[in-house]
Amino acid sequence: MNNIFVYCEIEEGLIADVSYELLSKGRKLADELQCKLNAVVIGDDLNGIENNLFKYGVDTAFVFDDNRFYPYRTLPHASIVTKLFEEEKPQIALFGATSIGRDLAPRVASALKSGLTADCTNLVIGDYTETRTGKEYKNLLYQIRPAFGGSIIATIVNPDTKPQLATVREGVMKNEPLTKPINGEVVKHNIDDYIKNEDFVLDIIERHIEAKKINIKGASIIIAGGYGVGSKASFDKLFELAEILGAEVGASRAAVDAGFVDHERQIGQTGITVRPKLYIACGISGAVQHRAGMDESAMIISINSDPKAPINSIADYVIIGDINDVMPKMIKKYKELSK
Amino acid sequence: MGLKIIVLAKQVPDTRNVGKDAMKEDGTINRGALPAVFNPEDLNALEQALRLKAKYPGSEIILLTMGPTRAAEIIREALYRGIDKGYLLTDRKFAGSDTLATSYAISLAIKKLSPYDIIIGGRQAIDGDTAQVGPQTAEKLGIPQITYAEEIVECNEANNNIIVKRRLERGIEIVKSTLPVLITVHSSAPACRTQNAKLFMKYKHARTVSELQNESEDYIKLQKDRAYLNIEEWSVDDINADIQLLGLSGSPTKVKKIENVVLKHKEVATIDSNENSIGKLMKELIDNHIIG
Ligand SMILES: Cc1cc2nc3c(=O)[nH]c(=O)nc-3n(C[C@H](O)[C@H](O)[C@H](O)COP(=O)(O)OP(=O)(O)OC[C@H]3O[C@@H](n4cnc5c(N)ncnc54)[C@H](O)[C@@H]3O)c2cc1C
Ligand SMILES: Cc1cc2nc3c(=O)[nH]c(=O)nc-3n(C[C@H](O)[C@H](O)[C@H](O)COP(=O)(O)OP(=O)(O)OC[C@H]3O[C@@H](n4cnc5c(N)ncnc54)[C@H](O)[C@@H]3O)c2cc1C
Repeated sequence: MNNIFVYCEIEEGLIADVSYELLSKGRKLADELQCKLNAVVIGDDLNGIENNLFKYGVDTAFVFDDNRFYPYRTLPHASIVTKLFEEEKPQIALFGATSIGRDLAPRVASALKSGLTADCTNLVIGDYTETRTGKEYKNLLYQIRPAFGGSIIATIVNPDTKPQLATVREGVMKNEPLTKPINGEVVKHNIDDYIKNEDFVLDIIERHIEAKKINIKGASIIIAGGYGVGSKASFDKLFELAEILGAEVGASRAAVDAGFVDHERQIGQTGITVRPKLYIACGISGAVQHRAGMDESAMIISINSDPKAPINSIADYVIIGDINDVMPKMIKKYKELSK
Repeated sequence: MGLKIIVLAKQVPDTRNVGKDAMKEDGTINRGALPAVFNPEDLNALEQALRLKAKYPGSEIILLTMGPTRAAEIIREALYRGIDKGYLLTDRKFAGSDTLATSYAISLAIKKLSPYDIIIGGRQAIDGDTAQVGPQTAEKLGIPQITYAEEIVECNEANNNIIVKRRLERGIEIVKSTLPVLITVHSSAPACRTQNAKLFMKYKHARTVSELQNESEDYIKLQKDRAYLNIEEWSVDDINADIQLLGLSGSPTKVKKIENVVLKHKEVATIDSNENSIGKLMKELIDNHIIG
C-alpha cells in the first residue's frame, strides 16, 4: 500500500511519451521511498500493453480494457481512477500535464478531496515543517512549478491529504527505460464495478488528431525563430542550418501566429518546454511566456538586431545583427569548418 | 424559455506584458505593480455566452466572481458587454484558498443560483495558471465537463444537449453532452466583443454594497431607485459554506517556497555579425562539442 501511481495516457493504441517520462521519474521516486511503482492504463484493445510498462519498472499494472474507453472521455476515466485510488490509497499519483491529464486530474482530486499541483516541472522528495503548528512531515513530494506566467517558481506540498497529486509537464522528465524489464504483475478488475451508466452522457462526434511528426523536445539543438525572422521564406534558412546540424526548428508564438511555421513547433508557456544543449534564438524578443519554455537550455545564443532585446540578458552569446545576414554566414562557416 | 448561463470569471494581475515599472532592481517581477485585469480566457468564455444569448432568445447571463471587493470592476466590464447580472463572492475567509477550496465556494454559489443550463469559464487563469477550478467545480456539482472549448456549435434545449468543438494539443474534437454542463474556453476561441456605449451609460454606476460605503446619500438613493445597478455581494454565510473547507484550512496544497525568476543574467558575450567573428564562435562551439 501507499505506492506511487502513474496514469498512463493512450494515443493510437500506444502509451504516450509523457507517461513514459512519468514512469521513469516514478521509478526513481519509488526506489527512494522504498515503495512500489504502479500504473493505471484505461483504453481499448490493450492486450500486452503491460510489457511496455515492465520495461520502465512497473510493479503492478492495473489495466481497464473496454471499447468505450478510447478515445478518452472524462467521466468514465475519472470514475475508474477515483475508485482505484480509494482502494489502493497511493501516496503519490502523477498525470501528464496534457489536455487529458489536466482534464482528468482535477476531477479526481476534487472527488478524493486531495491536493493537486498543476503543471510541475520538477518533483523532489523532502521534509516539511508546517510553520503555524510546527508539525513535521517526512518524505513529502515537493512539487515544483512555474506560476504567474513563468515569473515565479513555487514549491508546493500536500502534507495532510493523500494521494499527493500532480500533473507534470511534457518533456521535462527524461524517458529512461530500465536496462532489463522487471517481472511485474497485471491486475484486471471487473469494469462494471468501476463505472456507472451516467459516465457516458458525452459522445465524441468527430475527432481529428494530427500525427506527431516532429520531435522538438527530444532535440539536443534547437534553432528557434521569432517574428523577427520576417517571413516563411526566411525560415527556410533556419531549416537549412538545422538540417546540417542535426537540429530541430522551434518558434515563438508570434512567428506561429504570423503563419511562418506550424503551431506544433511553438515553444513556451502555451507551447512545448525544451531544454536542449544549445538553443539558438533568432529574432525572438524573449517574452516571459517564451522563456518559460526554454530558459533551462544549457546554452543560449541570441541573434537579434536589437542589442536591448530581453532575450539577450539570458543568453550566453549575443550576435547583434540582421538574421537574414547572420544565418547564411553561420551556414557557410559551419560547412567550411566541418569539412 | 431560453438558457440560464453562469459565467465564471476572475480578476487577475496582468502577467502577460511585464513592463519596466513592474520589474525590481534584482531583475524579478514586483507582482503588486501589475495592473488588475479580466482574466483573458474568461473574456473568451463571456463571448461564447453572449453569442448563446443572442442565438437563443430569452436567455439570461449571470456572472460570478470570487475575489476582493475591487473585483467588482470585472462585473461592470461584463455588464457593459451584455450580461444581465453579476455576483461577487467576497469575504476574508475565502483568502488563501487553493483550487479545491475555490471550487467548493464557487460550487455552493452556483447551487444557490440553481437551476442553470450552462456554466462557462476560462480554461486557465494567468496568475495561478492551474486550469483546475473548472473541472473541480463540475465534479462538485456532479455535472459533466467540456474543457478547451473553441466554439459552441449548437445548443438544443428541447433535446437537452449541446455540441461543442474542443481544441486539443494536436487536433480537435467535436463532442455532444447533456445539459447542464460546465464548459471551459480556450484562448483560440473568438475574442470578446468590445464594450457597448449604451450599456456603459446604463451600468457605469453599478456598485456593490461595499463600494457604496463611502458614497453620498444621493448616490446611494440613485442605487436604490434603480435595482439593476445593484451588484450583489455574497459572503461565506450567504452561501452556507463550512469555513473549515475554505481558505488555508480548506486547502490541501501549501506553498512551501516561492522563488522569483531572475529575468536578468550574469555576463553575456557579444559577438559582431561579421564573418570572422561568427566563424570564431562556430569553431568554439565545435571544439566544445556543442555542435558537430
Ligand atoms: C497567455 C500567453 C501565452 C503565451 N505563450 C507563448 C508561448 O508559448 N510561446 C511564445 O513564444 N510566446 C507566447 N506568448 C507570446 C509572447 O508574449 C510574445 O508575444 C511572443 O513570444 C513574441 O514573439 P517574438 O519574440 O517572436 O516577437 P517580437 O516580440 O515581435 O520580437 C521580435 C524580435 O525580433 C527582433 N528582430 C526584428 N527584425 C529582426 C531581424 N531582421 N534580425 C534579427 N532580429 C530581428 C526584434 O528586435 C525583436 O526582439 C504568450 C502570450 C500570452 C499572453
Ligand atoms: C504561485 C501559486 C501557485 C499555485 N499553485 C496551485 C496548485 O498547484 N494547486 C492548487 O490547487 N492551487 C494552487 N494555487 C492557488 C490557486 O491559484 C488559487 O486557488 C486560485 O484561486 C484559483 O486557481 P487559478 O488561478 O489557477 O485558476 P484556474 O483554475 O486556472 O482558473 C480556471 C477558470 O476558473 C474560473 N475561476 C478561477 N478562479 C475563479 C474565481 N476566483 N472566481 C470566479 N471564477 C474563477 C475562471 O473561469 C478561470 O478562467 C497557487 C497559487 C499561487 C499563488
